[in-house]
Amino acid sequence: MPGAERIRRAILEARRPALLPFFSAGHPSAGVFHSILEQLADAGDVVEIGVPFSDPMADGVTIQRASEAALANGVSLEWILRELKAHGDPGAPLVLMSYYNPLLAYGLENLAERCGECHVGGLIVPDLPWEECDSVRELFEVHGVGLVQMVTPATPAKRMRTLCRGSGGFVYAVTVTGVTGGERRVSDEMTAYLQRVGECSTLPVCAGFGVRSAEQVRTLAGVADGVIVGSAVVDCLERGEDPGDFLRSLRT
Amino acid sequence: MKIAASEGRSQLDALLRGDLPDGNGRFGPFGGRFAPETLMPALSRLEEAAREFFADAGACEALDGERRQWIGRPTPLTRARGLEKSWGAQVWLKREDLAHTGAHKINNALGQAHLALKLGARRVVAETGAGQHGVAAAAACARVGLPCSVYMGVLDMERQAPNVQRMHQLGAEVVAVDKGDRTLRAATDEAFRTWVADPEGVYYLLGSAVGPHPYPWLVRELQRIIGDEARSQFAEQAGGLPDAVFACVGGGSNAIGLFHAFLGDEEVRIFGVEAGGTGLTPGENAASLSAGRPGVLHGSYSMLLYDDDGQVLETSSISAGLDYPGVGPEHALLQALGRVRYVTADDSEALESLAECCRLEGILPALEPAHAFFAARRWAAENPGKRILIGLSGRGDKDMPTLTAQASW
Repeated sequence: MPGAERIRRAILEARRPALLPFFSAGHPSAGVFHSILEQLADAGDVVEIGVPFSDPMADGVTIQRASEAALANGVSLEWILRELKAHGDPGAPLVLMSYYNPLLAYGLENLAERCGECHVGGLIVPDLPWEECDSVRELFEVHGVGLVQMVTPATPAKRMRTLCRGSGGFVYAVTVTGVTGGERRVSDEMTAYLQRVGECSTLPVCAGFGVRSAEQVRTLAGVADGVIVGSAVVDCLERGEDPGDFLRSLRT
Repeated sequence: MKIAASEGRSQLDALLRGDLPDGNGRFGPFGGRFAPETLMPALSRLEEAAREFFADAGACEALDGERRQWIGRPTPLTRARGLEKSWGAQVWLKREDLAHTGAHKINNALGQAHLALKLGARRVVAETGAGQHGVAAAAACARVGLPCSVYMGVLDMERQAPNVQRMHQLGAEVVAVDKGDRTLRAATDEAFRTWVADPEGVYYLLGSAVGPHPYPWLVRELQRIIGDEARSQFAEQAGGLPDAVFACVGGGSNAIGLFHAFLGDEEVRIFGVEAGGTGLTPGENAASLSAGRPGVLHGSYSMLLYDDDGQVLETSSISAGLDYPGVGPEHALLQALGRVRYVTADDSEALESLAECCRLEGILPALEPAHAFFAARRWAAENPGKRILIGLSGRGDKDMPTLTAQASW
């Protein structure tokens, strides 16, 4: 089964809403990469792995710090792929989240070819908007890897339909305008926005940015197929706590 | 990157016709809009507003009036007789150091401040390296009545302390950026984040010809007045055209502004001068065109200094204004076309040329244009008797802490 399809099914077949935890590969240390991956794959439905970048301009302080630490720990895309291949199937499909330059430097074709053996079914590239992504999307599609499109509350209706139609695996609905991190209440506007995205999309819709409490997760269950939990997981790892326990606590 | 001659000719023609950037914000393969989805509607609004602004005779006239009365344009073209004797060439300086606030940055800041008003922004954010753009943004915002926050790396705040005080005096908030490389790059990351957090209320007044489309185009259009003035002043004062034009290139706004008027003059040789820092080993310089390769940073595909893993490299230059790992996409195209040649001058060469200009001309140039002076002198030594035009992009008062710290000074 193509990786993108495996992601779609994992989200739809999970207890609603699916949980998509994120962690920065190599944070807090390179040595715990495999154990974190296991814990998150066990408690979550799809795992997002952050590729560190020197200039994470769409991220808040938490993920900036994690990215910086990962770089200091010597982690690169090459390292991540090697570790993923060695690890074997973690039991949940994987999505790589990376800024564009590390992907360009690695070589897009080479990366597309290696995704399968590394259990990577999707790619999120925050600085590769729709207008710039045609060739990348088509290249990864050939290998069954979906390029996940992000939509935001400010995305106009027509563009929203285009992005939802063109996405792979799922649609990433950014719930707030801003950088990652911070806690947000699930407002009526957010609920209405997620419904709007759902109406545009045949793929599952996952809400991200600022999700960190069980109450938010419960509220989002009605309007999103999945929730992305990023900064909260990274915070938890920084505190040295078990991220699996944290994810399970979101289900209570 | 090199572009084949036949294709290059047609791209240069397109550039001269005003067809670049194209509909996708591309200068040939370079440029584009590599920005988070959150910013895409804001970038489209900005492009639309800028196009309306440039097509609106009334708005342009108002801006022209401000350029004359508030900036003090046109800035003079000064014949540098002292340097001429020393170099064995004819040398003219385009005096952006005499523009209000002391550098070319004000041309862009004032224009964009007018755009911010038109777009109904509640506040303006800007990044700054040397502090010249920060001061220009602070002044322009004060002039049009908008609050302004300037992001500045703590390392730059130390070496350009006088400009930090000036920004405060002009009513701007200076936000110290104590992360990343603690210079212009980290400041730009942080200004971007502020904009991402509130793309409707915040106007991002980007200071160089870099960033996602429409910025490289917008900034060039606001800076081209440098070259347009210089070209006609040169014709009037010297007759004809210069043999060679030099400007320093960090992000490249003063250079693109000066070069643009001469791109169609095949007989004019054009040189962009990058910061060679302390050497051409990665990390020791800020020479994106001379030592980099194509990549994506801060929203555009251009020449960039990064390692094999795609991580952007730390840069080094004695001049904060050139200390940036990327460069505007139009410069990347001009390099690929072979129309502009990009060379470097290192820290000590820039210091030497700064001292020479002080001594022989009674002008204290900023460390940034001092790089262009050195490259011009080097070229003059190989090409005696030629007519050289140098973009003197700003004055050097802001560099006094650095100069004082130099043992040789």
